[in-house]
Amino acid sequence: MNWGILSDAIRTAVGVPAAAYALSSIGLNLQFGYTGLLNFGHVASMLVGAYGLAITVDLGGSMWLGIVMGIAAAVFLGLLIGIPTLRLRADYLAIVTIAVGEILRLVVRSSWAAPLTNGKYGIQRFANAFFALNPIPAGHYGGWDLAFDQRALWVMLVGWSLVGLTTAFVWKLTRSPWGRVIRAIREDEDAARSLGKNVFAYKLQSLMIGGAIGALAGILLAIDQQNVTPDTYIPLLTFYAFTIVILGGPGTLFGPIIGSVIFWFLFELMDGIMTGAVLKGWFGGLLDTTDIGPIRFALFGIGLMWLMAFRPQGIFGKREEMLIDGR
Amino acid sequence: MAAEISPLTGVAPKPGISKPDPIVVADDLRRFFGGLRAVDVDHFEIQRGTITSLIGPNGAGKTTLFNLLSGFDRPQQGHWHLNGGPLVGIPAFKVARKGMVRTFQLTKSLARLTVLENMLVAAKDQTGESFWGSLFGRWRHIEEVNTAKAMQSLGSFDLAHMANEYAGSLSGGQRKLLEMARALMVEPEIVMLDEPTAGINPALTESLLRHIMRLRDEGMTVVFIEHDMDVVQEISDWVVCMSQGQIIAEGPPGYVARNKAVIDAYLGEHHGVIEDE
Repeated sequence: MNWGILSDAIRTAVGVPAAAYALSSIGLNLQFGYTGLLNFGHVASMLVGAYGLAITVDLGGSMWLGIVMGIAAAVFLGLLIGIPTLRLRADYLAIVTIAVGEILRLVVRSSWAAPLTNGKYGIQRFANAFFALNPIPAGHYGGWDLAFDQRALWVMLVGWSLVGLTTAFVWKLTRSPWGRVIRAIREDEDAARSLGKNVFAYKLQSLMIGGAIGALAGILLAIDQQNVTPDTYIPLLTFYAFTIVILGGPGTLFGPIIGSVIFWFLFELMDGIMTGAVLKGWFGGLLDTTDIGPIRFALFGIGLMWLMAFRPQGIFGKREEMLIDGR
Repeated sequence: MAAEISPLTGVAPKPGISKPDPIVVADDLRRFFGGLRAVDVDHFEIQRGTITSLIGPNGAGKTTLFNLLSGFDRPQQGHWHLNGGPLVGIPAFKVARKGMVRTFQLTKSLARLTVLENMLVAAKDQTGESFWGSLFGRWRHIEEVNTAKAMQSLGSFDLAHMANEYAGSLSGGQRKLLEMARALMVEPEIVMLDEPTAGINPALTESLLRHIMRLRDEGMTVVFIEHDMDVVQEISDWVVCMSQGQIIAEGPPGYVARNKAVIDAYLGEHHGVIEDE
C-alpha cells in the first residue's frame, strides 16, 4: 500500500476545494434540498462572486469592497433569474438556469467584456490583501505526509470558518417558521398558496440567499488560486455540487459538509489508485494515465446512479422521508 | 333542522337569487377552456354563516368555480367580491389572507412535514416567517400559542396521536381531515371544501359533518362540493346545482332534490346513476 495516495486524499478532503464545495453545496442545498428549486446554474453565482472580487480589486477597489460586490452581484443575479422564471414550472427554472450559467461564462470570456474581465485569460493576483492578513507564522504545520504551509493553512482556516458560520446561518433559518414555509413550498406550492403564503417571494429569497452563499464559495476558490478564468466555471461545477448535496442528503444541515469531504476524498483516492495501477501495468496496455480523468467521471456517474437507486436520502437523510409518496 | 333559524328562510329558490347578507358575490363570471364553457355564471351569492353545498354532475364546473373564486385560476371575464371587496386579479395567497381558504379535491398534504408542522405552517401572523423575523424576531412565543391551538384542533379531528408523524404516512381519509384542520388554522371567514368526505369512512364522515355544522354555528361560512346526496341533505342550508358551467337550480335541500332541472342534469348525463366519486 502506498500511503501517499491516502495522504493525498485526506489532504484534498480537508483542503480548500472541499471547503469551497461544501460552501457552494450549502447554498444549493438551501435552494434544492429545502425549497425544491432545481437550480442547474449554481455555478453562475460562483462566477459572479469570483469576478465581482477580481474586477473590483483590479479596478483599484479594496478586497472587502470586492467581496461585498461579489455577493451583491450574486444576490442580484438571483433576483434577475427568479423574477421571470419562478412563476413557471420547476423544470423551466432548470432550463433557464443552466443557460444563464453558460451565457455568463461566454460573456465574461468574450472580447467585448475583455476590458473588464481580460477575456479568456482572466484576472490574476487580486488576493494579495488577503494573504497579507495571514497571522500564521511561516513554516510547515502537521506531520506524517500531511503538512500544510502557512498559506494553505490560512485559506483553509478561513474557508472552514466560513463553512461553520454559513451552516449556523442556515440552521437558524431552516429551523424557524421561515424554513417551515420553504419546506412546505417544496412539498406543494399550491397548498402553501392556499394557506396564504407568498410562494413567489419565498422562492426568490431562497434563490438569492443560496446565490450569496454560492458567491462566497466562488470567492474562496478564486482567492486560493489568485486567479479567475472563465473556463473554470463550467456546468460540471454545478453537478459536483448536486452530487455532494445528494451524497450528504438533500435538506439536511450537515449533509453538504460531509458530502463534500467524502466527495473529494473519494475523488482523489480514485485518482491515486488508478494512477498507481496504470503505472504498475495492471491494466496491461489498455489504459494510459491520460485516460484516468474520464474514467473517474464515469465511475462517479455510476456512483451517483447507485446512490439514487439505493440511498436517495444520502448519508444524513431519513429513509422514511424518501419512502413517502409525493402527495 | 337548521332551516327554522336559517337566514335563508323566505329566499326564493331561483338560480342567481339575491340573499340577505352575502359574503361572496360574483357577476358575469366566465371561464372558457378553448370552446368549452367551464364556468358561465351570471350572478351568484353565498349567504354568510350558512352551509352551502355545490352539487352537479362531473364536469359541471364546480371545482373550476372554486378555483376562480379562490384566485387559483383566472376567468376571461367577470368580477367577484368578498365582504364587498373586489377579488379580481388578487393572487391566491392574498385571497387566503383576506379570509377565504379552500381545500383541494386531490388532497395536498405536505408529505415530508409532520402533521403538526402542517398545522403550524397554516397559522397566521407568525412573524418568524419573514426572512429577517426568522433571524432576529421573537417568534417562539407565537409558536407556543399556535402549537397549543393546533394540538387542540388535531384532537377534535382525531389526529392528535399522529402529530409528530410525517403527513405522508397518513391514510387518505386522515389526509382529508388534516387538510381541513389545516385550512381552519388560517382562521378563515369562509372555507371552501372540495369533496371533504371523499374517501373517508362513514363513522369519520359523521364526525366531520358535525364539525362542519359546529363551524357554521360559530359563524363561519362553509361552501362544499359534494356528491353524496345524503350528506348534502343532512347538513346543507342551501344547495346550488351546476351543470355545464351554469347554475341551473338553487334552493333549500328538499327543494333542489325534487327540482326537475337537477334530476335531468344528473339523469340526462349519467343514465340515472348518481355517483359518489
